[in-house]
Amino acid sequence: MSVDIDTVKRVAHLARIKVTDDEAGQMTGDLNNILAFVEQLDEVDVSDVEPMTSVVEQSMKKRADEVTDGDYAADVVANAPASEDNFFMVPKVVE
Amino acid sequence: MSELTNLTLAEARDKLSARDISASELTGAFLDAIAAGNPALNAYVAVTGDEARAMAARSDEKLANGTGGALEGIPLGIKDLFATRGVHTQACSNILKDFKPHYESTVTANLWADGAVMLGKLNMDEFAMGSSNETSCHGKAINPWRRKDSDQALVPGGSSGGSAAAVAAGLCLGATATDTGGSIRQPAALTGTVGMKPTYGRCSRWGVVAYASSLDQAGPITRTVRDNAILLRSMASVDPKDTTSVDRPVPDYEAAVGRSVKGLKIGIPAEYRVEGMQGAVDSLWQQGIAWLKDAGAEIVEISLPHTKYALPAYYIVAPAEASSNLARYDGVRYGLRVDGTDIADMYENTRAAGFGTEVKRRVLIGTYVLSAGYYDAYYLKAQKVRTLIKRDFDLAFQAGVDAILAPATPDAAFAPGEFSDPVSMYLNDIFTVTVNMAGLPSLAVPAGVNGDGLPLGLQLIGRPFDEETLYSLGSTIEQAAGRFEPTRWW
Repeated sequence: MSVDIDTVKRVAHLARIKVTDDEAGQMTGDLNNILAFVEQLDEVDVSDVEPMTSVVEQSMKKRADEVTDGDYAADVVANAPASEDNFFMVPKVVE
Repeated sequence: MSELTNLTLAEARDKLSARDISASELTGAFLDAIAAGNPALNAYVAVTGDEARAMAARSDEKLANGTGGALEGIPLGIKDLFATRGVHTQACSNILKDFKPHYESTVTANLWADGAVMLGKLNMDEFAMGSSNETSCHGKAINPWRRKDSDQALVPGGSSGGSAAAVAAGLCLGATATDTGGSIRQPAALTGTVGMKPTYGRCSRWGVVAYASSLDQAGPITRTVRDNAILLRSMASVDPKDTTSVDRPVPDYEAAVGRSVKGLKIGIPAEYRVEGMQGAVDSLWQQGIAWLKDAGAEIVEISLPHTKYALPAYYIVAPAEASSNLARYDGVRYGLRVDGTDIADMYENTRAAGFGTEVKRRVLIGTYVLSAGYYDAYYLKAQKVRTLIKRDFDLAFQAGVDAILAPATPDAAFAPGEFSDPVSMYLNDIFTVTVNMAGLPSLAVPAGVNGDGLPLGLQLIGRPFDEETLYSLGSTIEQAAGRFEPTRWW
């Protein structure tokens, strides 16, 4: 399988990364090289093989459903590019 | 290099506890070595001199009243991927510009609880994506090793290039690192240092900037096998904050160093004999086999038939997980923000400006393989191949193999810019990536030099949670091979 430049632009939009036409062109070549490389996997017969979900055999740990953390909103927003009254500030989303 | 910075971690620990030296003078010697060497090597991206001196002073008090921890007064470098409270933590990416976390990673918290001293944060490939440290937003780190009769700069490997360069150049006694596809073992091999990727789940991932969560694992890079065992014991823990942290007590790894390897069954995988492998790498591998045989180990040929599919499967699984993990960098909660006409435009501008080319490449590949209609063909298939890769190892271990010996890298250190296309750079990890796909522990040990005088490493792969056997075998190789140190030019 290979991708064309329009697919790369669509994927870049899905990933929320702005790309120029030049960058999209360069990425199209790079991505096709990588996709050609991973095509080797087509040689492997994976019928009746379960996909791996965890490398370590351990049942999922569950903690008690209780509050153990919190009450430091100022710490949470401390690194935000814009914040006010412990809220993250973003451009207007709803008119 | 002063006498103090020449010590191994174990020697420094013993001299500190005997009060032959003080933690403050030891830390001072390393800060001096960093000031002198870092402009040429670019191993550190932030030096925390004031914090280091304060931590060393506290260590001296504890050493004086006999309450010192296992690493009391030991100066360490920390890969920029570990969150350190109030200190530069950027994963060497512009998108985390000025980020100073208000929390501490579990691994570093364990180190400070044991008395270690933080010298600063170490260079790496951006978000740990790379095999040469060339994708760092702070510029590349430089290998302290050069080819014989050459002043050509070489890369220290990656992604933990700063960690490996700092340890090899004597700019710390040991360093933290992380390994997703070879990022501890490949730089260790390229710098003549010792690097352990522990079993998945041995070291907590809490507070470590995520790349590919099912593969990421923290571990130490050090000058000797013993130093490595000492450092891993402090880094490893059972952590309720990481659901993949495994509930097993942490053993005394140091006790395994020097232990007899007599009777151990060592597997030699035929599939690691790849086309284009350098002659020096192959002869070193044969030498390693001979050393272990001399020490009483039994050598058996084994087959790991799906080895060649590990790297292509990795380049589906890792980017897929990365595209999800890196979705959090949106210009809202931390790091860089570049304004736009609306919120979606702000996201796109921020991520376009903040991510470097290799990171964008992997996020785009990951987004593509997870997108509607392609999930089964790529991601699901890769996860099935991963099951087969792990099964290869399981069968070898079930047949009685205690550990596997293979080369760590296909070649020695290379020059910056030598691999210009992404896929040829990815091939650097051909011997290391299988281990991440199967979640196994693996130790890279320096074992010799090539014709240019550059170090080469061997890799020992063990059963899950059997790091101890790897330390026993690693110290056997170290004893036979000796240690490798670069000639100082910086």
